[in-house]
Amino acid sequence: MKAVSLKGVSKQFRAGVTALDGIDLDVEPGEFVSLIGPSGCGKSTLLRIIGDLTKPTAGTAQVNGKPAERARRDHDYGIVFQDAVLYDWRTVAKNISLPLELLRWSRGRRNARVKDMMELVELTGFESHHPWQLSGGMQQRVSIARALSFSPTLLLMDEPFGALDEMTRERLNTELLRIWQETSSTVVFVTHSIPEAVFLSTRVVVMSSRPGRVAGVVDVDLPQPRTSTTREESRFFELVTQVREGLAAAGAPLGETQEPALVKDSS
Amino acid sequence: MSTIVQPVPGSVGRRIGRTALDWIPPLAVFAIGIGAWQGLVAAFHVQEFLLPKPTAIGEAFWTQKSALWSQGIYTFKEALGGYALGSGLGVLVALFFAAWRPLAGAFMPYAVAANAIPIIAFAPIMNNWFGLLNPFSKMAIAAVLCFFPVMINTLRGLTSVQPSSIELMQSYAAGRLSTFWRVRIPNSLPHMFTGLKIATVLSMIGAIVGEYFGGPIEALGVKILNDSSYGNFTDAWAGIVMASLLGIVFYAVVALAERLATSWHPSARAFQTE
Repeated sequence: MKAVSLKGVSKQFRAGVTALDGIDLDVEPGEFVSLIGPSGCGKSTLLRIIGDLTKPTAGTAQVNGKPAERARRDHDYGIVFQDAVLYDWRTVAKNISLPLELLRWSRGRRNARVKDMMELVELTGFESHHPWQLSGGMQQRVSIARALSFSPTLLLMDEPFGALDEMTRERLNTELLRIWQETSSTVVFVTHSIPEAVFLSTRVVVMSSRPGRVAGVVDVDLPQPRTSTTREESRFFELVTQVREGLAAAGAPLGETQEPALVKDSS
Repeated sequence: MSTIVQPVPGSVGRRIGRTALDWIPPLAVFAIGIGAWQGLVAAFHVQEFLLPKPTAIGEAFWTQKSALWSQGIYTFKEALGGYALGSGLGVLVALFFAAWRPLAGAFMPYAVAANAIPIIAFAPIMNNWFGLLNPFSKMAIAAVLCFFPVMINTLRGLTSVQPSSIELMQSYAAGRLSTFWRVRIPNSLPHMFTGLKIATVLSMIGAIVGEYFGGPIEALGVKILNDSSYGNFTDAWAGIVMASLLGIVFYAVVALAERLATSWHPSARAFQTE
């Protein structure tokens, strides 16, 4: 059973803009797949279709073998947005336990889970703080803890570190990989940073824009666990170059009829 | 963006109570203002019927304090009744409008148009409808005045929610009621209190102006009106002081309730980091 299965997914907005055109994509359980592409390529829209936050105009989206809507109702995935989307009126602990409340967990079970999640994202001690008392990086860690609190099998992330500085982003990248391995979940990760996509993923999906299509897929064969030295390996740079070239080939100017080049890792 | 490295304990007490030091500047301004008023009235020999000295007003206030108190309370009860009625209705209507947008679309233009009407002009009509001596005639005016600011501010709070906040609730398959209760209502609280604070002042205005068009002798507005028509302007001023004190206390109580209900709000930051 695929974690995510997209077949012929297209999305047209009311103004007649085609955001996505005929996307086919399968994600296996346990994979870490990044969607990368220029802004306007519909990668965030694609993520929202997987999460059933918007409907495709054509094609089907399945999560864990079920229609996306059913999967959403079954709480099969957790989502992390670019801005942390924490509720100011809730403390850090209560933000993390929000989905647990909605799932009607008992208070004792909620508290125990929040404690575990605080440890997982290394924020122990900040339980009773309010979101605005935390830095941007810490807020995003709370958001990740909330998304994982009810142990969904799938984690959807929409440019979660896009607004953070480079150092914070790299630290959180390493942390995210540790969390991914500890929780053995599947991740679909939207980004516009090439090194981030290569560092994190087992597979990078390169998208072209207007309309958004899958221009190519790069398999990332860097060994696990990845550390800060991974970024210094020559294979890392090779893969970064492959993704960059794929993006350049896909980013043909408007009106260009040439078929997007297919980028496939030869190894 | 600054990074907090260590958890900082946030004390609710410190957030609510200002330190004594913060009160010194406003108290100094008050003393200087009253002093200047007293000094200028004395220096330019201003006639008492034009502007009495603060000391004269204070003296009149003190000698009539028990009468002023009971008149003030009478009028305050009218204001409070109208406030509860108008604000309660305002919050309720805002909830309905936020829940059913077509309803808001149909009624909003009339609500806005009605707000442009100088509602005080209806005071004699209300007195005619409900009776001069019936406190409800004043409550009605106060209620109509309170309704709009509370409704419009609450509605803004209920609807000005970040789209991603709603998407998050959708991702958890949360129902409309749950989203209302967990997102829209908490989000509206700071806005709602803005309306509720404006309404405290409006309710006192509504009650007193309603009384100017006729009311029982126990009412503060009637007392101020009578004192003025008999030329007892210092006594009228004492009545105004009582009305102001009640208005300020009313406002302060609602502001305190706001602090307690929205202690989570980022605006509380100022009280924490300073």
